[in-house]
Amino acid sequence: MEAVLSFFVAIFFAVAIYLMLSKHIIRILLGVAIFGNAVNLTIFTVGRIVREVPPIIPEALQTPDTITANPLPQALILTAIVISFSFFAFLLVLAFRAYQELGTDDTEGMRVAEPEGEPLPPLGY
Amino acid sequence: MAAETVDLSHAMVTAPVPAGDWLVIAPVAIPIVVGAILLMVRHETRLHASLAIGGLLVTLATNVGLLSRVLADGPQVMTMGRWLPPFGITFAADALGASLALVATLVATVCAIYAQKDIEATGRRYGFYPFMFLMMAGVGGSFLTGDIFNLYVWFEVFVISSFGLLILGSTHRQLDGATKYAILNLVGTTLFLIATAYLYGIFGTLNMADIARKADAMRDTGPMMTLAVLYLLAFGMKAAAFPVNFWLPASYHTPRIVTAALFGGILTKVGVYSLLRVLVMLFPVERAELSGVIAWVAAATMVLGIVGALAQSDLRRVLGFVVISGVGVMLAGLALGTQEGLTGTILYAFHSVLAMTALYLLAGVMNELGGTYSLHDLSGLYRKSPLIAALALLIVLAVAGLPPASGLWPKVLLVRASIDAGLPWLSFAILLTGLLTTIALGKVYILTIWRQKEPAEEGAAAASVPMPGVGYASLIMLAVPVLLLGLYPEPFIRIAETAADGLINSSAYIGAVFPAGGQP
Repeated sequence: MEAVLSFFVAIFFAVAIYLMLSKHIIRILLGVAIFGNAVNLTIFTVGRIVREVPPIIPEALQTPDTITANPLPQALILTAIVISFSFFAFLLVLAFRAYQELGTDDTEGMRVAEPEGEPLPPLGY
Repeated sequence: MAAETVDLSHAMVTAPVPAGDWLVIAPVAIPIVVGAILLMVRHETRLHASLAIGGLLVTLATNVGLLSRVLADGPQVMTMGRWLPPFGITFAADALGASLALVATLVATVCAIYAQKDIEATGRRYGFYPFMFLMMAGVGGSFLTGDIFNLYVWFEVFVISSFGLLILGSTHRQLDGATKYAILNLVGTTLFLIATAYLYGIFGTLNMADIARKADAMRDTGPMMTLAVLYLLAFGMKAAAFPVNFWLPASYHTPRIVTAALFGGILTKVGVYSLLRVLVMLFPVERAELSGVIAWVAAATMVLGIVGALAQSDLRRVLGFVVISGVGVMLAGLALGTQEGLTGTILYAFHSVLAMTALYLLAGVMNELGGTYSLHDLSGLYRKSPLIAALALLIVLAVAGLPPASGLWPKVLLVRASIDAGLPWLSFAILLTGLLTTIALGKVYILTIWRQKEPAEEGAAAASVPMPGVGYASLIMLAVPVLLLGLYPEPFIRIAETAADGLINSSAYIGAVFPAGGQP
């Protein structure tokens, strides 16, 4: 099961990196969204996968009597999902505003903060 | 019932937490509470500045209390949710974290004072001070947490608050800069998360003390080198180390100058802190293997950073490159990994937080006096205000690493440590960087302060600029510790030595998190 999932993780990462290498902000953002999901799937996979055994200790015992599913990766993933979702929402709005204001979503055209051909500083006085 | 016979004291905190231990989370809890209050009074913009300064002063007091406790009794620990570590999330303040949290809060207080002038009512209504407090909560949490996933969460807290600060005002330049800053920082923190996922898969724990004590046993089986490299890349990106630092010069000159001062002073240092914590304390063997790479990265960062500063004609962009150059100097100590080298790095971090914030605020005051940031136009400030010339001289000397200011001693330590470690070229790089910094900032000083334009040009600009009193007060508040660090460095060096020792010999840290060697 882990082997299959790690194969999917690899595909997710490949797609995400391909999209993030683009010059267009909107593709980069799609890449970022997939990147986040690739990481979530990684956390899920490295936590080792046990199916259909809830981590509940039987009433008479003090420790679980069989190997149970690991609840911690799910807690980590939930945290990571919340964070990456809020980041993605912010980035979408930011990219849209930048597109409205700067009139381009091509990163090579976004040179307002670092204009091309700036003069050298004064070389003497 | 079987459950009644279980002795909970093995797994849970059963005694109430002593009142003094609350100090460990106070530097995080207070900014969150004050930030929430500031949000509630969002429209009462007149209250914001005094509330913010008061809140930061209280935080500063708790920081002082925490640091003095740490120096007296060793690392202080508090565990959340009653579960003992490694199950509960631990906050562990050692000398490194507590002292950096103290310096960061100090400069944040000064920035809050300066912001009264720099951020007008609109900016306040859009939440400058709440963002600033959430950022300080995230920074404080990063310095004090003892859990690596929790460190990731605090990173995200301060990164997303920094987006809010960076974009405040929504000019075209800010939108451009923020887009690059946001995307590249998000990639950086996601790399951190990937590394943490693999770390959890290998160790099965996220508590840093637990990782540190288990690392030796794992070294034969786990791919520790992969982890160390991933962390180096992720935190190197956050610390703005070459070649993953291009987000910094693209964005740090776009926001309000007080925001840039906060960022330039504090944020890159969180990345350096995390590098120290993870590579020196958790993966010392891997750090030693990587030291050649880190040394080259350090040298490239410091030299290329300052060469970039030489080529800029906007004062704020000069400062962005100076920040990068300072990061390179700090990485030199990480590359050496010796007690003396790490002491130098930590001392340089104290100095850099103070001096870089002072330098940005200085740029802000120069802009108030001269009305521009362009090195072509800004001139004749000595005639307008001799005080600014004196303050600027001190700050420039500090950043260049010349006496009597704060930059000298950390560089002395780092140069000596790299010669002792048999890396003379690294000490040459540090000294070369010092020379180039002197040239870059000396040029700025000459152009802005000594240069006199033609009287005709000068006349219009000189017409009655109001004296920036708040700016002077903020600069003096930063100049005092900068000068103190330069003239009487002994106590600061001792703190940095304690912090470096705590990183190299992590037994005190581990012992504080797991008292009496309690095994889970």
